[in-house]
Amino acid sequence: MIAAVRSFALSGVLALCLAASAGAVQPDEVLDDPALESRAREISEGLRCLVCQNESIDESNASLASDLRLLVRERLVAGDSDDEVVDFIVDRYGEFVLLRPTTGGWNWLLWAAGPLMLVIAGGVGAGYLRGRSTARDEAADLSPEEQARLSEILKER
Amino acid sequence: MITELGHFALILAFLVAIVQMIVPLVGAHKRWPGWMAVAEPAATTQFLLTAGSFAALVHAFVTSDFSLSVVTQNSHSAKPLLYKITGTWGNHEGSMLLWVLILTLFGAMAAWFGGGLPPSLRARVLAVQSAVSVAFFAFILFTSNPFSRLAVPPFDGQDLNPLLQDPGLAFHPPFLYLGYVGLSICFSFAVAALIEGRVDAAWGRWVRPWTLASWAFLTIGIGLGSWWAYYELGWGGFWFWDPVENASFMPWLFAAALLHSAIVVEKREALKAWTILLAILAFGFSLIGTFIVRSGLLTSVHAFANDPERGVFILAILVVFTGGALTLFAARAGAMQAKGVFGVVSRESALVANNILLAVSSFVVFVGTMWPLLAEMFLDRKLSVGPPFFNLAFTPFMLVLGLILPLGSMLAWKRGRVAKTARTLAPAFVLALALAGLVWAMQTGRSMMGPIGVFLGAWLVAGAATDLWSKTGRGGSVRRLVRLPRADWGKAIAHGGLGITMLGVAGLTAWESEDIRVAQIGERFEVGAFELELADVSRVEGPNYLSTMAEVVVRQDGEEIVTLYPEKRNYPVAQMPTTEAAIDYRALRDLYVVIGDAQEGGGWVVRTYIKPLANWIWAGCLLMALGGGLSLSDRRFRVAAGAKRATPDAVPAE
Repeated sequence: MIAAVRSFALSGVLALCLAASAGAVQPDEVLDDPALESRAREISEGLRCLVCQNESIDESNASLASDLRLLVRERLVAGDSDDEVVDFIVDRYGEFVLLRPTTGGWNWLLWAAGPLMLVIAGGVGAGYLRGRSTARDEAADLSPEEQARLSEILKER
Repeated sequence: MITELGHFALILAFLVAIVQMIVPLVGAHKRWPGWMAVAEPAATTQFLLTAGSFAALVHAFVTSDFSLSVVTQNSHSAKPLLYKITGTWGNHEGSMLLWVLILTLFGAMAAWFGGGLPPSLRARVLAVQSAVSVAFFAFILFTSNPFSRLAVPPFDGQDLNPLLQDPGLAFHPPFLYLGYVGLSICFSFAVAALIEGRVDAAWGRWVRPWTLASWAFLTIGIGLGSWWAYYELGWGGFWFWDPVENASFMPWLFAAALLHSAIVVEKREALKAWTILLAILAFGFSLIGTFIVRSGLLTSVHAFANDPERGVFILAILVVFTGGALTLFAARAGAMQAKGVFGVVSRESALVANNILLAVSSFVVFVGTMWPLLAEMFLDRKLSVGPPFFNLAFTPFMLVLGLILPLGSMLAWKRGRVAKTARTLAPAFVLALALAGLVWAMQTGRSMMGPIGVFLGAWLVAGAATDLWSKTGRGGSVRRLVRLPRADWGKAIAHGGLGITMLGVAGLTAWESEDIRVAQIGERFEVGAFELELADVSRVEGPNYLSTMAEVVVRQDGEEIVTLYPEKRNYPVAQMPTTEAAIDYRALRDLYVVIGDAQEGGGWVVRTYIKPLANWIWAGCLLMALGGGLSLSDRRFRVAAGAKRATPDAVPAE
């Protein structure tokens, strides 16, 4: 579905970026140290390719994404921690590159939205259930006509 | 000529829709049978006219009539016939026409199968349905007319986006739309019931088949889209939490909730107001999805600014229908008195829990999807909300849902006992736990995701089987099992399908492995338990593309098991490359091979992925849809559909 739609809405540049995404990480980018490489992959998955739509630099074949992948690896080789690498990129490109938004500022609301809503919905639901379990079963009550008919039958006997 | 007829038919359909929107509504209000009866033939006429119009557009695509601007922009004479046909809805104008075609199809079906409805309710349902059509006919005719001509037709077209030239994607939009738009009927039923001021068990029973059908279609549509992404985008991702995907996922979650809450309305005459609200929200979110996709608002704020007319039009439709329905709801919901009484521990309560989880999880997706826009508008922050957020914020709800599902689905109606149900389910629980433990012991130091997925999958499947078996009575027999109502089978299969999808998602995410390397022709290399040989790379010419095709021989334990042909295609007209991964599908794992660029020092980039349990994701989707279909074919619905007289007291007690 992404494509069905992306193709209508997107300019050629973005579409190209998507179509070629099969490329992604190139063999010559891969670091020799597997531990460092797997850290690089993990960091890359959380960083957004700036010229693509909703793709991480790990998935994107755009040249900018490739530059960023190399940059991430450069910093890792230089001995940065994962957080330092991410901060380094965010300093240059802004928080837009973070696929996982921070909790800073009003963003706490984004993260809390689900749990808050669950508490509210749970409260309303529990109240409703209590109401239902203590309510009188109206379906079991007889209507006045039925009541009259019943007493008639009982009288006949 | 045929094009003009199609255009004319579309305008006529618009006029018929206006009549159908007004006359039956007045008739229902004044109790004039003649006016109410207008709705039925009008709905059929509307559908036939739209179908004619759509056929004319298909004809234009098939015959490559480049005097139509939409054909020029999205087709090419050298394109294979299948994609000429499917290209009809591979663009904005055509897909909107398909949207309306399905809208009128559902309206017509409501007229054909609505024989059992009280006349006033039926008239109102069809009038509301037609009001939606009117809005979308106007949208097409005034902002996105597929029949507009070019003064000077070009010699050939600009070709369809090559990504869309694929069988999986060819059938993805129609299914998705059948689901999306099918929810319009539930919406019409909800609004009609609000106007009528009456919701009872019979209403719940009428709404349920429509919800079931829409939900099943939506399941197939989303599954197809995800499968397409898996094999076409070239690295085997199956879900990206893209705004456009979320747009289809939110209605799916709401439809699933509606499906379950309508059961409570039908059986217990409770949760009425909530069910009405869900019906409005489910279609409301379909409209929001349409808005998101069509306006391009979330793709980029600039795409919206470039073509604000269409976006604003759909926004207006969204506000009028959802806002109008919600206002009506606010005014009338108080009149919906619940009747049934049930204990806090009961099937009803379990269904309420199901609804809370589904609705809240859908809300999380909604907030996550809209947040970048809100942050930019109100906080002046440009930020992204991507897969890491959704995986973290959404998944817990599905885990809890999976955990309580088997228990909830077996609790007794009205007043259940957890201990008793838990005892029945104990074997299923132990089995699931044992399997998860086994898998945990076998995997080497990786995340808990795999074992959790195995546990949920086994728990849901075994739980569904236990549920079925328990219905056969004491010391059940196979013959009784086969004779159970189809609704029971549908329920078990759909719930089992959910488990299988969860297992597939967890397994693929947890145990996937990949290999990226430069391989020389003739070189052999090992990936996991397989040995691959890049035997050859050749140039191949397709009907409208040029391809670089590799031949990769796969061996396991020295024996050749398959030869794969991954391709890299280039479509010269659209000037776009695509990657065609070659996949060896097996029950327990897929072997996924992609050919990349030629290297300067010789050799080719070859990517190999081992994707465990990938097929299970879509197998589960199919099972869910099949479960929906089975429930839909249950005797109760068939009888109800054919009944001439449908009164509330005809509803069976259980």
